[in-house]
Amino acid sequence: MPLDLSMSVLVVDDFLTMRRILKNILKQVGYSTMHEAEDGAQALDILKAGEPKIDLVIADWNMPKMTGIELLKAIRADAQLKDMPVVMVTAEAQKSRVLEAVQAGVSNYIVKPFTAETIKAKLEQVFK
Amino acid sequence: MDAKLINPFVKATLNVLKTMAFLDVEPKQPYLKKDIKAKGDVSSVIGLSGETSGTISVSFMEPCILSIVSNMFGEKMTELNEEVMDAVGEIANMISGQARQDLENMGKVLYAAIPTVISGKDHTISHMTTAPIMAVPFHTEYGNFTIEVCFED
Repeated sequence: MPLDLSMSVLVVDDFLTMRRILKNILKQVGYSTMHEAEDGAQALDILKAGEPKIDLVIADWNMPKMTGIELLKAIRADAQLKDMPVVMVTAEAQKSRVLEAVQAGVSNYIVKPFTAETIKAKLEQVFK
Repeated sequence: MDAKLINPFVKATLNVLKTMAFLDVEPKQPYLKKDIKAKGDVSSVIGLSGETSGTISVSFMEPCILSIVSNMFGEKMTELNEEVMDAVGEIANMISGQARQDLENMGKVLYAAIPTVISGKDHTISHMTTAPIMAVPFHTEYGNFTIEVCFED
């Protein structure tokens, strides 16, 4: 199934650089509606508020206030949000971390550094 | 410090800059660094803990980092501003992550703290331990940068 490029994407990373790079790549892939959050807590506020509407979350792991894995667990534990696709993009490539994310219900896992092709391919796997 | 421990950091540096900034960089001869003065104009330091403790830092000359970040953003960067400093932290974060994956395969599991970034001429880099500091200079067509790795054993 081709990607639904009308989806609204929330990019969650404490580094401005990574938010910018991810948004550039998502734009290249064809997405046009993107929002940002600086940490898990801010992202969860946006998701719970339902405004702006979000269809896909792309989150870093290491962030202050609320980490990406805590955000993922909070999403999966919320009746309204539990089916939200969540892709983690992180420098944490260690097996134990990947396993923890899989057990918590991550939709896909992307290790930094990455290419635009990798991001596109991993998103296609989520929605296949 | 076991000199072999530097290799995952060199490999990660090459990969991160190739993938994110489309840049081929050339590692030069590693050496033991005797002072704490940074080799570049902007540096990022990350504390590592776990089976051993230590720090990794990366320090860029200004023209070098401006070119690297310009490539990463697809937009010309002309000054060492907040955006460029943020990118230095993220580069260090990615190098640390990749290298720690390799170190895990060598039997050493390490966890990383959030990077700090320092800039200014003649700034210093404080490694968390008193262990010897191993430095590796890298050459790029836009100027040089150096990584430093310091582990307790």
